[in-house]
Amino acid sequence: MGIETIYSEILMEHANSSHNKHHLAEASHTQRGVNPSCGDEIELELRIREGRIEDAAFIGSGCAISQASASIMIDLIKGKTVEEARKLADTFTGMIKNEIKDEKELDQLEDALALKDISHMPARVKCAVLGWHTLEKVVQD
Amino acid sequence: MSNQYRNDFPLLRQGEGTEPLIYLDNAATSQKPESVLRVMEEYYRKYNANPHRGLYEISVKATEQYEQARRVTAEFINAKEEAEIIFTRNTTESLNLIAYSYGRSNLKEGDEILIPISEHHSNLLPWQQLAKEKGVILKYLYLDQKGALKEEELKEKLTKKTRILALAYVSNVLGTIYPVKDIIQKAHQVGAVVVLDCAQSIPHLPLDVQELEADFAVFSGHKMLGPMGIGVLYGKRELLEQMPPFLTGGEMIDYVGEQEASFAPLPQKFEAGTPNVGGAIGLMEAINYIKQVGYGQIAALEEELTAYALEGLKEIPHLTIYGEKAFTKNRCGVISFNLEGVHPHDTASILDADGVCIRAGHHCAQPLMRYLGLAASCRLSLYFYNTQEDIDALITSLKKVRRLLGLGN
Ligand SMILES: Cc1ncc(COP(=O)(O)O)c(C=O)c1O
Ligand SMILES: [Zn+2]
Repeated sequence: MGIETIYSEILMEHANSSHNKHHLAEASHTQRGVNPSCGDEIELELRIREGRIEDAAFIGSGCAISQASASIMIDLIKGKTVEEARKLADTFTGMIKNEIKDEKELDQLEDALALKDISHMPARVKCAVLGWHTLEKVVQD
Repeated sequence: MSNQYRNDFPLLRQGEGTEPLIYLDNAATSQKPESVLRVMEEYYRKYNANPHRGLYEISVKATEQYEQARRVTAEFINAKEEAEIIFTRNTTESLNLIAYSYGRSNLKEGDEILIPISEHHSNLLPWQQLAKEKGVILKYLYLDQKGALKEEELKEKLTKKTRILALAYVSNVLGTIYPVKDIIQKAHQVGAVVVLDCAQSIPHLPLDVQELEADFAVFSGHKMLGPMGIGVLYGKRELLEQMPPFLTGGEMIDYVGEQEASFAPLPQKFEAGTPNVGGAIGLMEAINYIKQVGYGQIAALEEELTAYALEGLKEIPHLTIYGEKAFTKNRCGVISFNLEGVHPHDTASILDADGVCIRAGHHCAQPLMRYLGLAASCRLSLYFYNTQEDIDALITSLKKVRRLLGLGN
């Protein structure tokens, strides 16, 4: 029942809700990300002050998995330091690539845990990591 | 309704009863009958050898079978002679060969190439790149609501300047069957050379290159029950003769000196390097299989299935079919559609969980998708071994999609 879990209510709430999907006033960083396989597109906007992500939002279009994953990510990184966000991104990609053996380590991903089964759907991995890869581009420099 | 051919296809049999595989992505590639697998295995087990080279028995047999495959292919599409059949890897390579060899030596600045907007990237990019390099103008024919070409536009854009008209016999996105005989005649009236992409037609419709008077015709083995890695380029002898080689190297020469070489006659001139003997043998058997079933029977089965699928899809709320929505003689069993509010990749993933294989995306036809105002679509594509049960499974699965995504029904 992997698919039902993935498209479970949490995911749909995020995909269909607009609470993170808008432009950000006074964004300090804007980053575009695309997934050519689905044509998924997002533009991630962050307001970073003194090493902390004060606020985040995105606009974009694409499949439910890419849009939900980006929205869940934003809930997770708001208020975190850049360093913490980077670690979360590592953990998320580790989960999707099936590289993390210690289940406890994944707890910090909270709602994003709903995407765990994407690791068994290679065709959709790029959708799930789109938001996180876009975030990495910002926090890496 | 069961299907008498289904049992010939081992892949379709697996999981029968418990987790059946509903394969509806035949436009991407077809499944292979037992007989094709068997002749290929036999080749590798019993007489695998480099053709045209060895002076020993198995090499002679490999050569014979490879050349027999050429004869069978020539006869299948009614080529005048077998030397007009060049084996390539696939449709894409055949089209590139024409664009590089014929295109680069025959077209000059200001000449025009004409193609429909619905072409697969493989029948678009070779011309686009040739146009860029040579200062040639690439013009497009646009489609009407039903995916058909417009006569008026063809009349207007097909002129004395048109040197090449390249088009698919059947669209891989909309399933439209184009009236190619008529189009080829019109092209010849202005002196244009016609390249016919038969990748999507030859699995379903007979091809008679002499009757159509096609200058070039190309297709892939893997979409017509054969293996991947073998493709066909047909060209009229007088055109192939005057074309320079595409790839150079072993097998395609007569004499090689330090500074010059002379090339082998057709068809070897265009077959550099060790060819795909196993693939050609598989293709030959695929042709035999299609001949045994018969194009008439293939059409009869597919027409029934296509009509049934179109009916079923029409009953699903919030579903849009692109191109020709009704069953007519001008369409094949390739059907593109979308569910409102759902990205095609989500639809395909949800169907996949039920064992239903369809394609979702731009179908290697981005200019067409843009012209239709779509980012992507779902596509189902039938073959004669599909059944009404396959379509029922698709419909049941499709009906779940919007509910699963929290969009009602
Ligand atoms: C109309 C058409 N042309 C060309 C191609 C390319 O075929 P291949 O990938 O076998 O070269 C395809 C296959 O998808 C097709 O549908
Ligand atoms: Zn996606």
